[in-house]
Amino acid sequence: MDVAWMDLGYVLSAALFIFGLKKLGHPRTAPRGNAYGALGMLVAVLTTVGKMGLDGGIEWSLIVAGLVLGGGIGYIMAVRVEMTGMPEMVALFNGFGGAASALVALSETWRWLEDSTLIPSAGLELQVAVLAAGLSALVGWVTLTGSLLAMFKLKGGFKLFWAGPWIKTPTWGPSWLNGVKVLLVVAAFGFIGAQLGDPTNTSLLWAIIAISCLLGVILVLPIGGADMPVVVSLLNSLSGIAAAFTGFIIGNSVLIVAGSLVGASGLILTFIMCKAMNRTLANVLFTSFGGSEKESVTRTKVGSDPDEVAMMIDGAQKVIIVPGYGMAVSQCQHQVKEFADLLADKFDTEVKYAIHPVAGRMPGHMNVLLAEANVPYEQLIEMDEINSEFPDADVALVIGANDTTNPAARGDTGPLAGMPILDVDLARTIVIVKRSLSVGYAGVDNDLFYMDKTMMLFGDGKKMMTDLNNAIKES
Amino acid sequence: MTPEALIASITLFVLSIFLGFELITKVPATLHTPLMSGANAISGISVVGALLGANVAYEGGQTLASGLLAFVALTLAMINVVGGFAVTNRMLSMIAGKKRGGA
Repeated sequence: MDVAWMDLGYVLSAALFIFGLKKLGHPRTAPRGNAYGALGMLVAVLTTVGKMGLDGGIEWSLIVAGLVLGGGIGYIMAVRVEMTGMPEMVALFNGFGGAASALVALSETWRWLEDSTLIPSAGLELQVAVLAAGLSALVGWVTLTGSLLAMFKLKGGFKLFWAGPWIKTPTWGPSWLNGVKVLLVVAAFGFIGAQLGDPTNTSLLWAIIAISCLLGVILVLPIGGADMPVVVSLLNSLSGIAAAFTGFIIGNSVLIVAGSLVGASGLILTFIMCKAMNRTLANVLFTSFGGSEKESVTRTKVGSDPDEVAMMIDGAQKVIIVPGYGMAVSQCQHQVKEFADLLADKFDTEVKYAIHPVAGRMPGHMNVLLAEANVPYEQLIEMDEINSEFPDADVALVIGANDTTNPAARGDTGPLAGMPILDVDLARTIVIVKRSLSVGYAGVDNDLFYMDKTMMLFGDGKKMMTDLNNAIKES
Repeated sequence: MTPEALIASITLFVLSIFLGFELITKVPATLHTPLMSGANAISGISVVGALLGANVAYEGGQTLASGLLAFVALTLAMINVVGGFAVTNRMLSMIAGKKRGGA
């Protein structure tokens, strides 16, 4: 049998990826979709190993070492990660994927240096290989450095040399930086063009890598806060594109299919998220958002205590809970669930959760956390549906959310202008659990905090919710 | 690479992009994170390219730099693949387990 027939395995693998992605889009079939994706990957690996075995034999040592080492590290990281650390982990994995594609491209180009008989014959073959290797390097290294920076931004900072001081990840992006981005892209394409005539020139190779790494950093540097999910999603799309370009170098169909599927689906998800914030992708990428010019808070508000809130909440008919990143940070989703159960038991209160599309640091972040705490799926209501219910709500309980509830977004000016928000200010009483009056990522002071009907519970989400639950039990 | 082979690859590329756009147009917000994470794991498909690279390099009887580069690529791609699918599975099992309890 001709070894070429083994490529049918790649067709099966590609079909499994398509089924997998399709099924991942529906709640009922999503776990199966993920399993199909994993199966597709297994088929692709087995096909490749089978092909290599039939086609001249396999040198196992590097292959087994790579499979075991990578698989082991990946599995341990996935099992150990806390639910709140999920966004960072996805960003990190994403960077690794981009780096892998870029390294395959580099390895392929390096072989030409080691053995000049491997250089593709001049003409179309050489042009395609050089162009694809260049593009794969460009996109892949951008994905790596961009994702790493995104990961540190999601974490909020990093420790210097593991034990040093905590350094806050900067957000910085004057408008002239956009010109630099364009220049770098043009330069990268220029170098790739130059490589067409001189495929074994290592200086060009290093220049492309250096430019791409720098580009990834300055693409993500100006972006902050609520825009991070958009960037991670865009980088996810890029890692797929990098894989597709790598497919062109080695002439492999499954890399092209899987890579472009991920590239396209990642882009769609990116647009969905941009739409949720009423912004365009260009606006997200080229306008520095928040971070730099924060309004300083000049007003003050007297904080309430849990007993007061417990008294006020006594007998409430309808309560809407608005979770935000603060809930994720303090890991208080279980206390929130307990709070909802207490109210339902004691006062027969109707409790719902209002989920803003970009609450937290990833789309669906709140859903995952609340699902972990066994909150029924039907109680999680999306923004468009819940907004009409706020005027009927006796109490809106905001836990660590800020920008997504800021009435300033209804105005025409400021960084938040036009962003759809949850109409929390229409509820009869508002309780806000937050560590301080400080501004959110957008850097805009929130009028909601200073309304007469607002009670502020200043403190850590978990502690405050525990105290509140105890106060309700005792009342 | 013949022009025919190149055209075939470009066809695959373009059609797969259109397919990707069509596959996920309406997805509930709950699934955005798992979907991103699952798609991310699939982008680790460059594991195939890394396998090929890590094999070829050893044929000379000594480990060449290109082989070591492919080995690093293989390790990173496997972290992406195994970690990505495992973490997606964890998220989904919570959401799905929840739904069974609610029904």
